[in-house]
Amino acid sequence: MTSVLYDVPGPRAVLRNRIIAVATVVVVLGALAFIGYRFWESGQFDPAKWYVFTFTRVWEQILAALGNTLAAFALAAVLSLVLGFVLAIGRLSEHAWVRVPVTVVTEFFRAVPVLVFMMLLYYGLPVVGIKMDPYWAVVLALMVYNGSVLAEVLRAGIESLPRGQKEAGYAIGLRKSGVMRLILLPQAIRAMLPVIVAQLVVTMKDTALGFIITYPELLYYAKLLSSQQGRPILQSAIVIGGIYIVMCLILSGIAKWVEVRTRRSVKVQGLAGGNVAADDESTLTEVIALQKGAGKFDGTNTGRASDG
Amino acid sequence: MDVIFGNLDLWGTAIGNTLLVFFGGGVIALVLGTIVGAMRVSPVPIARGVGTVYVNIIRNTPLTLVFFFFVFGWRPLGFPPLPNVVLGIVAIGIYTATYVAEVLRAGINTVPVGQAEAARAIGLPFGQVMSLVILPQAFRSVVPPMMSVFIALLKNTTVAAGFSVAELAALRATINDAPDRPGNPMEVLLWVAVVFVLLVMLLSWLQRHLENKWRIAR
Repeated sequence: MTSVLYDVPGPRAVLRNRIIAVATVVVVLGALAFIGYRFWESGQFDPAKWYVFTFTRVWEQILAALGNTLAAFALAAVLSLVLGFVLAIGRLSEHAWVRVPVTVVTEFFRAVPVLVFMMLLYYGLPVVGIKMDPYWAVVLALMVYNGSVLAEVLRAGIESLPRGQKEAGYAIGLRKSGVMRLILLPQAIRAMLPVIVAQLVVTMKDTALGFIITYPELLYYAKLLSSQQGRPILQSAIVIGGIYIVMCLILSGIAKWVEVRTRRSVKVQGLAGGNVAADDESTLTEVIALQKGAGKFDGTNTGRASDG
Repeated sequence: MDVIFGNLDLWGTAIGNTLLVFFGGGVIALVLGTIVGAMRVSPVPIARGVGTVYVNIIRNTPLTLVFFFFVFGWRPLGFPPLPNVVLGIVAIGIYTATYVAEVLRAGINTVPVGQAEAARAIGLPFGQVMSLVILPQAFRSVVPPMMSVFIALLKNTTVAAGFSVAELAALRATINDAPDRPGNPMEVLLWVAVVFVLLVMLLSWLQRHLENKWRIAR
């Protein structure tokens, strides 16, 4: 808990904390009031600006756009999970001719921005005679990027398992595939589940990049709406933004719930749960989630895991 | 190769703009992120609440949407016109600040509880507990994830291309819309990808270097 950083406040600290609290409230309210005032002054609260949202037709189209977003997200999520498993296992292979190419491919796809990859699929492939739908460009780009990130997460999960697990698996006569399938993967998936779900939130957010390559998803529709009567650009951004935030909050909520459950579970204690230094909302998994961006799982955390 | 040497001027501005967004966004993210991170561990409940709400809302918003708000929403609010690059830098800075704040908070949380307790036991006030005991230790465990945040920031600069900032990912449109520029979309985008791979490799190297330099044995 962060509260161990400070003592129970005495009279002077209480006063100081109150002053800081009041200052925070004043600053935040001031900022909100200023933005609200600008909204008011530039007529953003005008009924005419919100008029388009009174049509059932508009809401039907918003729903259709939401469907497009979810369609891209769902397929990309499933495919990237599959690709993640394949790449993770390939990268852990004992044969160099499998391991090396897979490693290069994973590192490459993680270094290229998703948007550049989407553009490569959508604008680049027609040059060599392949015409690609924006939907597939979005799905494939998200699959490749998130797949390689998930591969790193799974690999980190497998490598963080105690070596005895693998050795015991071989000792009871399992083959390589059996050790991986029956011993290593189940434990790694359980330990890494929160990070995997958190990565799905990223996938969801990244579907909004489809807007740039004209995939008719939510944000694209927001832009479309803003050319309607009254030019309600901020209004549509607020409505569509609300939808995005709610969807991502639900997914993040699931991630948090899984994480809390994981930490309580006895089975994963000592794997991921054992050395979680952070104990309120943020945890080691978040640190791992941040580190995975560069494929550095061998940082301070594994060092701590081995002695803790 | 024509696609590079025939458009050398464009590549110059594109890389320049990408780096401008990267560094500008990075500075805003660091400053704002440090403030929010401090708020999230502060003893003042209201400050913690404000920090939590900010982080949770912005982190669950797609970056593209943050850009959308700033780039398209600035003028209708009656603010003086600013170039898209500046608005983009602000947008990406505000977005990345949440990640910086989370990294800092996670870093502070990795310092063992006993350290803070011992510091308090010898009578240090909150300010000194933080500045003399917690932060120097937290800093070291923060370096690798912080560099990962910056790598993500570098890749996120491409989103600015969708909002008419002339940076690397926008190069395809610039070159192909001009009638006499050499290069097809495939070539341009592949070279853009190569540039990004090189930049990310550079940052990863820096990350490893800093990590080894400041490694601590706990």
